[in-house]
Amino acid sequence: MKVLNVVGQRVPMHDAAAKITGQAQYTDDLVLPGILFGRLVRSTKAHALIKSIDVSKAKALPGVKGVITAQDIPDRVYGIVPKAKDEHVLARDKVRYIGDEVAAVVAIDQETADEAARLITVEYEELPAVFDPLDAIKEGAPLVHDNTPGNVSAQIHKEFGDLEGGFAASDFVFEDSFYTQAQNHAPLEPHAALAGWDALNGDMTLWSATQIPYFLKRNLSTTLLIPEQNIRVIKPKVGGGFGQKIDMFAKDFCACWFAKELGRPVKFVYDREEVFQSTRQRHPMYLTVKTGVSKEGKIIAQKITAHADGGAYNSTAPLMITLSCFFVMIPYKIENLVYEGYHVYTNKPVGGAMRGHGIPQPRFAIERQIDLIAKRIGVDASEMRLLNAIEAGEPHPAGFIINTCGFADSVREASRAIGWKEKRGKLPFGRGVGIACASFPSGVANMSHLASGCVVQLSSEGRVSVLSGAADIGQGAETVIAQIVAERVGVPMEDVHITAADTGLCPLDAGTFGSGVTVRAGNAALNAANDVRAQLFPVAAEALGCEVDEIEAANRLFWVRSDPDRSVGMRDLLRQYQYIDRPLPIVGRGAWVPPATSATTLLTNNGNLSPSYSFMTQAAEVEVDLETGRVNVIKVLTAHDCGQPINPMLVEGQLEGSILGGIGYALYEDSTCIDGQQHNPSFLDYGFPTMMELPEMEGIHIDTDDPIGPFGAKEAGEGTQLAPAPAIVNAIADAIGVEFDRLPVTPAMILAALKKQREESAAGDPAAAGDPAAAGDAAACHENAPREEG
Amino acid sequence: MGGRRILTLNVNGDDYEVVCAPNTTLLEALREKAFLTGTKRGCDLGACGACTVIVDGQAILACLSLAADMEERTIRTIEGISEGGDLSPLQQAFVDHGALQCGFCSPGFIMSATELLAENPHPERAEIQRRLAGNLCRCTGYVKIVEAVEAVAQGTDGGSR
Repeated sequence: MKVLNVVGQRVPMHDAAAKITGQAQYTDDLVLPGILFGRLVRSTKAHALIKSIDVSKAKALPGVKGVITAQDIPDRVYGIVPKAKDEHVLARDKVRYIGDEVAAVVAIDQETADEAARLITVEYEELPAVFDPLDAIKEGAPLVHDNTPGNVSAQIHKEFGDLEGGFAASDFVFEDSFYTQAQNHAPLEPHAALAGWDALNGDMTLWSATQIPYFLKRNLSTTLLIPEQNIRVIKPKVGGGFGQKIDMFAKDFCACWFAKELGRPVKFVYDREEVFQSTRQRHPMYLTVKTGVSKEGKIIAQKITAHADGGAYNSTAPLMITLSCFFVMIPYKIENLVYEGYHVYTNKPVGGAMRGHGIPQPRFAIERQIDLIAKRIGVDASEMRLLNAIEAGEPHPAGFIINTCGFADSVREASRAIGWKEKRGKLPFGRGVGIACASFPSGVANMSHLASGCVVQLSSEGRVSVLSGAADIGQGAETVIAQIVAERVGVPMEDVHITAADTGLCPLDAGTFGSGVTVRAGNAALNAANDVRAQLFPVAAEALGCEVDEIEAANRLFWVRSDPDRSVGMRDLLRQYQYIDRPLPIVGRGAWVPPATSATTLLTNNGNLSPSYSFMTQAAEVEVDLETGRVNVIKVLTAHDCGQPINPMLVEGQLEGSILGGIGYALYEDSTCIDGQQHNPSFLDYGFPTMMELPEMEGIHIDTDDPIGPFGAKEAGEGTQLAPAPAIVNAIADAIGVEFDRLPVTPAMILAALKKQREESAAGDPAAAGDPAAAGDAAACHENAPREEG
Repeated sequence: MGGRRILTLNVNGDDYEVVCAPNTTLLEALREKAFLTGTKRGCDLGACGACTVIVDGQAILACLSLAADMEERTIRTIEGISEGGDLSPLQQAFVDHGALQCGFCSPGFIMSATELLAENPHPERAEIQRRLAGNLCRCTGYVKIVEAVEAVAQGTDGGSR
């Protein structure tokens, strides 16, 4: 039994008071003497050649200090995935979507910069454009990038076992198709960058709202041709990211370019429309799932085909499609499996990493199809999930090493807590329950640039200073790291002071993505704190006359485990440390990289994708308003194996936020794009959930103790956004007998389906009479009739 | 921009003299001229509530208010809620309940909820939800925000004041 004092406690975020009083500084809050303000000029065409750009009027406007187009800056591409770089800071020769950057201006104030941007005229020659990935892969489709025939910029094909043999051995084979929409991350803080140039030393400093300071530093160097050692990226407070800030944007590069050219600080802040249109969004995806099952519901074989709408550029394309692929292999045991995935360019806003990154789309398809299949073959949908549940320690077809797995328990617990046996199929028409399941990595192993470092310094006064590269974007990474350090050094939280995500001061870190920060940066912090212990504790043992491994520490007190009265306080201990002429401060260093089973990229090779895997089953109860078509989500509960939480309050916060994000994905959010033009690039028109849409929530902790994560922790916060949408749509099916196959499920879709149901009922079709058990395959909106074999 | 003039804005008890154009918003005046950056710009369209401030006792959106309309009025921003460094009971409840993550929406929530509690010290959950529905949060899922406001409303929680 581990006795913990700081880890495992509901500790408020260390910067909570700064945030709640308005003192916390985000990028747009920073100003420097001599500051200039920037604005980007964006394409009004979805696909066009740039014939000419007239910047003369803008340059002539009083107060304008600089105007650039692609011709003024190096011809270099950038990108978050080194092999997939395809984006210029400003479009060269042609634009690829409405919102693409074509020019940038800076001026003495924002109004002047905005006015100058309006004075720039671009002459375009329009090209045929393509707006749907299924059109874009057709022969003769317009090419978004001339070097990418077929518009497929990343693809993956994975095959395990014997697919055709599996289908042949199945009692039933079903094929269903699904579509998921574009979702915007919509962080409350718009993207911002502030650059300052030190001409004397040739040093660039960039303050940026980023999740990936070290990737950004590297790309600034390769794109602007400034040596990497002369670039310092500082992440101030970041007002939410959800993956949208796992990338770099024109604002970062243009701020630095102008700062260097003009010798003055430069700030770029995007407006909300730019955030919606010209940053990143969750990839829309077409999915077809073909599944062979036994008559009991055991999945024998499965083939998944996915076409992701990537928009105009790659961003994370190869990683996204890889994650999408690998996470159909978990949490169910499927011996014979094929995944074919394609990332397809279109003339639309760009897809990127978003909470769940490529996985919510297949999760929706698979979890919907399990419910469809259960209904068709007459088995219980919860039992069917249990029957196929993966377990810890089993050999995995792709080489995953699953040390701990609370998945089966999560299915049982979620089903019990939602009242599955009493409610499923038994509630009045209009009300229903549904479940769905998921698993997520705790960061990605087996890929480059995934090390984290940490330095912990214990001063002669007992102050503990932590340097970590981890990028806290509001999830509480700094708090979790401070808790780990406090626990191991034996001090309360208030003694720990953390400086993080400043590439000029802090050791390397990969950044905030893949839900890997707690495990990766947390282990680095643990190692650094252990290094401090290794230097400090022998002196304590000497003072107390015991062995080092008998020392316990907490709250600045060190004592002998078997005899707690023999103790020494931190102040006295540090004094003794000095008396024996040991140097202070004590500096502990730690680094950590996920244990890779093989050095490989997962796009081409298999291997253990992550140091650990979280598991969850989420259950929803909904009420459908039959008059308005509105869905009221009454309750969402989550049975959650995230290992041992370092901070249960922060884990709950992650869970609750991800559920609201999942509700938005299920029912409301859709970044609608018609002929390349986004139609709802504002909070008002986009409509993510408000406090009025808040359901009752409950979290059930499935207890596991992971051997790799710090103090047994696994990821929390991304995995829990995977299953709410399919759970809700499964509950809608239970409520009204309609099987929706696309997201979001809007009131208009529900009213249309109910109308069709009434008409069919009037025509005497028993399948549409509102009896869920009879609804089955004939339900409205179910486009692909199942093919039965066997 | 023509028509600029010097306005006197009373913010948190202090008179700020700021040069504003006729179309300068209160949000711009606060952030860019008075350097009170606790009030946040989330959308500049009145849709997110991050710029909520209290003017003459009423919560309003600073991004939809003209600075020129704000003379002779009493403006209270997030910086005026915790004067002297002490958190208000509501702020303390937000901290203790984990009712914030990235913190960008938090000043706006505090202003809206402060106005609500001044008007009705004991609101029911439904009223809290209705009154705070104009403040968007993408991180927390709102659960802990409701809990924090409820805790103060029910007197089960509170800080030093």
